[in-house]
Amino acid sequence: MDKKQKRSIFRGVILVVLLAAIVYTVYSTATKDKVEVLQVGDKAPDFELVDLYNGDLKHRLSDYEGKGVFLNFWGTWCKPCKKEMPAMSNQYAIYKEQGVEVLAVNIAQTEFEVKNFIESLDVHFPVAIDPTKSVMTAYNVDLLPATILINPEGKVEKIITGEMNEQQIASYMESIKPEQE
Amino acid sequence: MGKIICACGHENPEGTLLCEKCGQPLTEEGKKSKILNMRYDGIAIRSKTRNKSIVDKIWNFFSSVKVGVTLIIINLVAASIGTIFPQEFYVSVSTEEQKAAYYEETYGSLGKLYYELGLSNVYSSWWFQILVGMLAISIIVASIDRGLPLHRSLKNQRVKRHTSFMKRQRIVAEGPVTEGDPSKTLNLIEEKMKALKYKVRRDGNALLAERGRFARYGPYINHVGLIIFLFGVMLRLVPGFYVDESMWIREGETRAVPGMDGYFIENEDFILEMHDNEKTENQELQGVNVVAKNYQTDVKLYKQSEDAVPGQADNLELVEDYSIRVNHPLQHEGFSFYQMDFRLNELKTMKFELTKKETGESLGEVSIDLTNPQKEYVLNDQTKVELLGFYPDFSGFENGEPQTKTPDPNNPAFIFKMVTPEKPEGEVSFVAIQQTIEPNGDNTYKMEFQSVEMRDMSGLTVHKDSTIPILAIGGVIFMLGVAIGSYWNHRRVWVEQLEDGTIRLAAHTNKNWFSIKKDLNALSEFAHLPRYIDQGEEDKEADGEGKEKEGDSTL
Repeated sequence: MDKKQKRSIFRGVILVVLLAAIVYTVYSTATKDKVEVLQVGDKAPDFELVDLYNGDLKHRLSDYEGKGVFLNFWGTWCKPCKKEMPAMSNQYAIYKEQGVEVLAVNIAQTEFEVKNFIESLDVHFPVAIDPTKSVMTAYNVDLLPATILINPEGKVEKIITGEMNEQQIASYMESIKPEQE
Repeated sequence: MGKIICACGHENPEGTLLCEKCGQPLTEEGKKSKILNMRYDGIAIRSKTRNKSIVDKIWNFFSSVKVGVTLIIINLVAASIGTIFPQEFYVSVSTEEQKAAYYEETYGSLGKLYYELGLSNVYSSWWFQILVGMLAISIIVASIDRGLPLHRSLKNQRVKRHTSFMKRQRIVAEGPVTEGDPSKTLNLIEEKMKALKYKVRRDGNALLAERGRFARYGPYINHVGLIIFLFGVMLRLVPGFYVDESMWIREGETRAVPGMDGYFIENEDFILEMHDNEKTENQELQGVNVVAKNYQTDVKLYKQSEDAVPGQADNLELVEDYSIRVNHPLQHEGFSFYQMDFRLNELKTMKFELTKKETGESLGEVSIDLTNPQKEYVLNDQTKVELLGFYPDFSGFENGEPQTKTPDPNNPAFIFKMVTPEKPEGEVSFVAIQQTIEPNGDNTYKMEFQSVEMRDMSGLTVHKDSTIPILAIGGVIFMLGVAIGSYWNHRRVWVEQLEDGTIRLAAHTNKNWFSIKKDLNALSEFAHLPRYIDQGEEDKEADGEGKEKEGDSTL
């Protein structure tokens, strides 16, 4: 290899490395606020929460492998959360048979408020309270409602912030439904 | 690539200004000038020699000093624009709409424009980062482009230089020795220059004395420091290197620590202490009543067992028990917890008395823990209070249903059902602060508010910055480079004794001509050398001013 070629390669490598550093910086800053750790395609962090009504029943994500998990974070003060709940309940009734699990995670409110709220809405899906906000922290949830779709392989399929209508909920559940044998 | 062959027979790369071996000027310009431009010692600057492939073109763009200076100016302007109004980071509102409103309300239409142009978040904007990145590329490329050949040229310096090189230096001397034996002159020069801490090399009848060569590396060293610093700043974006989170935690609560996986913190007590002194004159003047002495949060830091997952809070292991005070953060594994903020007196427990309206007779007291309200509070066999609804931050009714604005007990409201021996089917009452509604007509009993228990809330900041050592190293290297480049200078003296015994001398320094003249005065006296002349001074007298600056400090 002659000197000229060597020099061109040397320069090229330096420029490419520096360019990559800039691209990385810009990209990570742009995506920093939204998803600091959790991104679509990542393995969904495992967690365990106690069921609202049955103290012995623990919802552990890893136990749901092979099923799609529709993980919804909510609070009683959040109006869009309230609005989407009946639709979630309806669709859960349909997709439950097809291997989709719903878990509605309340953000550190009191058992009384949560039970009161769920009962007044007459919705039927598993609910759990995250008393230390640790699951919320693990999933980087800061705006409610937030829904994380987890596919049967345990990977994050989609992250949705904001209210969903019934049609969207149906299509989301469809997207994480395990394939029929 | 064309080569330039000097009269001395040395092959120089294209673009060379002064022959690498003997120093003879190779350009027409150089041959005509009275004093040579010694910048970069006349080496061929890499980027100026080839300009063919796309890689070379990009390389040459960034190696240009003009481009570098332009980038510095653009960066400075952009960075200073970011200081006109406060950045979003310092504005304590959360949503986008509130931010937009904040800038418009506080700073008028200029503020609105500022926000809309994205200048309120300049430092994390893509274009600002690209600008800084381009500056970094420019620094690196220009340093490689100039630094490496300069290093090579300084390392391979010849002792003997061409006459035209010698004659075109700013300080020159030529003539016979003023007294003594000319054959000893070179030895005398060597002796004196060594005493002046110069490194002396000899080659036949030529001599080169050199001092402070490392000063030439100052700018490159400070560039290295700067690049390390920028690299450190960039590392902050890599997950795990930099954490800056804030959290609110109430007394008695245990919360997962944001940014610190598997750790929980419990707030045991928040303490605010005031000085209980008499008001001083200054305090009177400033209208200050009391002065805080201490802000403190007593905390317990827990760690989950290794195999635990988020959500499990039963198997926590106590790591540290600490009182966080201002400037005394809790530190653990690189993380620091700072006392940042507090909120006093949030409702924790509310006490009511079930009383008969008419007589004021009390049937008992109900204490409601707002962090864990119960479905019913039994007073005796026939008397109980059922809680039908609890709204921690009551904000009004919607379709007849009470609403809560937030999960925090800022304005608690309750729906009670009072079961008494007199009214066994129960009476319903909606109770909020300063408001009672009895939906089913006039009740016989009421829940009379008695007292509250409060608790405080601490605002903590969780901070971790593993890039600090890198930033510190970068900063130290940078300052070292600046110091080396500023306080030391590279002085060279070339001497040649011609066959007839006369001495020809030339001297150069990259800055501080005064000091080299001082050295030369001492040398001339010691070795009886002919008087030197400063051709630069002559020029200055001739054209007035101007030349001095340019030649004053060469890289």
